[in-house]
Amino acid sequence: MILTLATGLFLIYGAMDMPKWGDPESPASVNVSPRYIEKAFEETAVPNMVTAVLADYRGYDTLGETTVIFAAGICCLLILKRRKKEEAT
Amino acid sequence: MIRRQDSIIITTLTRLLTPFIQLFGLYVIMHGHSSPGGGFQGGVILGAGFILLAISFGIDEAKQRFSEGLIAVFSSAGVFIFAGIGLLCLFLGANYLDYGILPVVEPRSLGMLGVEIGIGITVMAVMISIFRDLLTFE
Repeated sequence: MILTLATGLFLIYGAMDMPKWGDPESPASVNVSPRYIEKAFEETAVPNMVTAVLADYRGYDTLGETTVIFAAGICCLLILKRRKKEEAT
Repeated sequence: MIRRQDSIIITTLTRLLTPFIQLFGLYVIMHGHSSPGGGFQGGVILGAGFILLAISFGIDEAKQRFSEGLIAVFSSAGVFIFAGIGLLCLFLGANYLDYGILPVVEPRSLGMLGVEIGIGITVMAVMISIFRDLLTFE
């Protein structure tokens, strides 16, 4: 209990230094976001900015996502098939 | 195990609706780069259309239409398309997944479209595969 309270207090103390919610001057929104918003159309010729970031600027990340889904499907296939075979024997 | 439904309303409605669901799924994939949507959403819609078919016509007929080997081929083909486009960019002399080098008009837009198609195929096949495995596992 004491440990939990102490950890909570520490976290609140740390969160006090964070920028305000939706602050346009915060480091997260002055770094690369304006560049995406301004240049996404002329660089990629794609009107949908979300897709431009998802598939082009962060293409490697999306490739990983697809691989994760593929792996999940293969795992389901392997696990459930094995069960069925054991029951049959 | 799901068997074929007796109700003629359900089977007829499914027969009427399935083409439109699949067409809408393809539309969502193809328009992923110019309107809300994309490979993940479109793939899920395509998979859901097939699941509706399996629920109303029975799992046996669904198995005939989309066999196990086809699932394996489709789910790996999607990842292969995605990684293949990336490798193509690498061979043409740019960075991995840097579509700007592809020899077509508006290469970045079309590269994204190809990638979305790959994602859609994988998501569709994996949805169908998980649904089928959960059904046949008893």
